[in-house]
Amino acid sequence: MTKPKVAYVHLSGCTGCLVSLADTYEKLLDILGAVDMVYNLTLADARTLPEGKVDIAIVEGGVCLQDEESVHLIKETREKAGLVVAYGGCSATGNVLNFSRGGQWNQPQHESFVPINRLIKVDAYIPGCPPAPEVIYNFCIAAVTGDTEYLKPFMANEAGGYHCGCDLNTRVIENSLCMGCGTCAASCPTRAIEMVYGRPSFNNIRCIKCGACSFACPRTFLPVNKIKTLLV
Amino acid sequence: MSFGTYKEVMALKAKDGKIGGVAQDGGVVTTLLCYALEKGVIDGALVAGKSETPWMPKPTIATTKEEIIAAAGTKYTISPVVSTIKDAAREYGLEKIAVVGTPCQIYAVQKMRLYGVGARHIPDKVAMTVGIFCTENFSYAGLRTVIEDHCKVPIESVTKMEIGKGKFWVKGAKDVSIPIKETHKYEQDGCHVCSDLTAEFADISTGSIGTPDGWSTTFARSTRGKDLLSKAIADGLFEKKSMDEFKSAPDAKIKSGLDLLGNLEKGKKDKAKKHFDERKALGLFVTPEILY
Ligand SMILES: Cc1cc2nc3c(=O)[nH]c(=O)nc-3n(C[C@H](O)[C@H](O)[C@H](O)COP(=O)(O)OP(=O)(O)OC[C@H]3O[C@@H](n4cnc5c(N)ncnc54)[C@H](O)[C@@H]3O)c2cc1C
Ligand code: SF4
Ligand code: SF4
Ligand code: SF4
Repeated sequence: MTKPKVAYVHLSGCTGCLVSLADTYEKLLDILGAVDMVYNLTLADARTLPEGKVDIAIVEGGVCLQDEESVHLIKETREKAGLVVAYGGCSATGNVLNFSRGGQWNQPQHESFVPINRLIKVDAYIPGCPPAPEVIYNFCIAAVTGDTEYLKPFMANEAGGYHCGCDLNTRVIENSLCMGCGTCAASCPTRAIEMVYGRPSFNNIRCIKCGACSFACPRTFLPVNKIKTLLV
Repeated sequence: MSFGTYKEVMALKAKDGKIGGVAQDGGVVTTLLCYALEKGVIDGALVAGKSETPWMPKPTIATTKEEIIAAAGTKYTISPVVSTIKDAAREYGLEKIAVVGTPCQIYAVQKMRLYGVGARHIPDKVAMTVGIFCTENFSYAGLRTVIEDHCKVPIESVTKMEIGKGKFWVKGAKDVSIPIKETHKYEQDGCHVCSDLTAEFADISTGSIGTPDGWSTTFARSTRGKDLLSKAIADGLFEKKSMDEFKSAPDAKIKSGLDLLGNLEKGKKDKAKKHFDERKALGLFVTPEILY
């Protein structure tokens, strides 16, 4: 099997997602061994996207609309990549970048940042701030081995866009599907969710809109067939 | 009758009187957790401990036998156990965590192991899942209403609650029972789309249905679940019987043993399907794949 060509595109993000990728420790070698990393500013030499097609582009960070280069890079990424993955909250949902108002040193003109699907079509979203290393590993291995069943939830549009704790209200609680497991609270990186009388109660001010809670909730999607594979 | 995947099903009763005295049924959960802790299979367990409010469980990270035993017994209201899993790994530094939960909570943990976007370094720390059978759960206010308005006893006076033989029982200064039918409207609505009675995705699952008072029907589902159970049985922690001992007679009107469990399981699945279809017909969002 030829190794898929992977480009790691870094836009406006804190590099936490890349650190999380590296936090797969020895498994990082499996990932790097399974793919041909053709572009990755931190881990590989190339400074620009290579000529020609790449199979998968993993994008970290949102697009700064005042930064021409970022806008160009995301467009170029879409043109060259077979599969574009919005990796991490900033890229997938806008995350904390949603709160940017500009006027900060040393680029005071940079004021608005959008999740990448505002500018290009996205094939898969991995929410989370940052996504846990395990899920990145699983995602990469599933992409390489063609495990479409595992990948399905990431492809669903609901995983990307503008996501926040309110999704639990609109999709789960309002539909009387919540049964009080507390997974959302555990998944929240900012502790914006507290369980009150068996239901999540979230603090809008703390929520950074990473999308992790609604993705993790067993009542937004339940991968029963995949769960079966865990029981050996 | 399906009961999900399992390697063995049996009737168990804990021999340790200290556990038998506080446990809900056969003491399978508490005995196994204490045993797993002693043997180093786990270094902590997420259980439903007690809180300041009577019968309101508090999701608790138990790292000693005393804490596990203190959390024994069923609290018929929501205990968001998964909310503590990250604290168990981070703040308590646990490497081998057992999670005790209702079937839906077991799903949550298993989904987290597969898709834990916000669960950094958690999946490999889940050493064991113990599922407890569940037909429905109540909100705290719902439970309180059932006890105080229907059973007419103060919730503080209650020492044990049970569901069995078509009745909801509260025990304490006074034992009272009401038909389970009266409690249905206080069930949390989310339970109505739930199709899992026997915690089909836990390593071990256990409950009272199918066995007489003081015993538990117990499934060993995974290899690690079966290993732990077999060792605990070999070390003499349990009295064990075959489920066949409780089988209903071929002409029996009222089923018993696994026949009864199978009937109730089917009932739950059928009911869930009906609710699922009704909600769908209303155009409401319903969890994809929740039924199978
Ligand atoms: C809401 C609910 C409904 C149930 N319905 C049924 C039923 O219909 N049929 C049936 O056979 N069994 C049912 N059970 C399970 C049953 O009540 C016992 O928990 C089970 O048989 C285990 O008994 P044991 O003696 O082995 O457990 P014990 O040794 O007493 O330990 C019980 C364990 O369950 C945990 N626990 C207690 N309350 C909760 C809670 N609310 N949420 C999560 N964990 C909890 C405790 O922390 C403890 O670790 C239900 C349990 C709950 C919580
Ligand atoms: S509530 Fe927490 S997990 Fe959910 S989107 Fe906000 S920050 Fe993320
Ligand atoms: S994760 Fe659990 S507690 Fe949170 S909204 Fe979903 S069902 Fe409710
Ligand atoms: S009936 Fe289902 S959803 Fe409700 S508490 Fe029990 S396992 Fe959870």
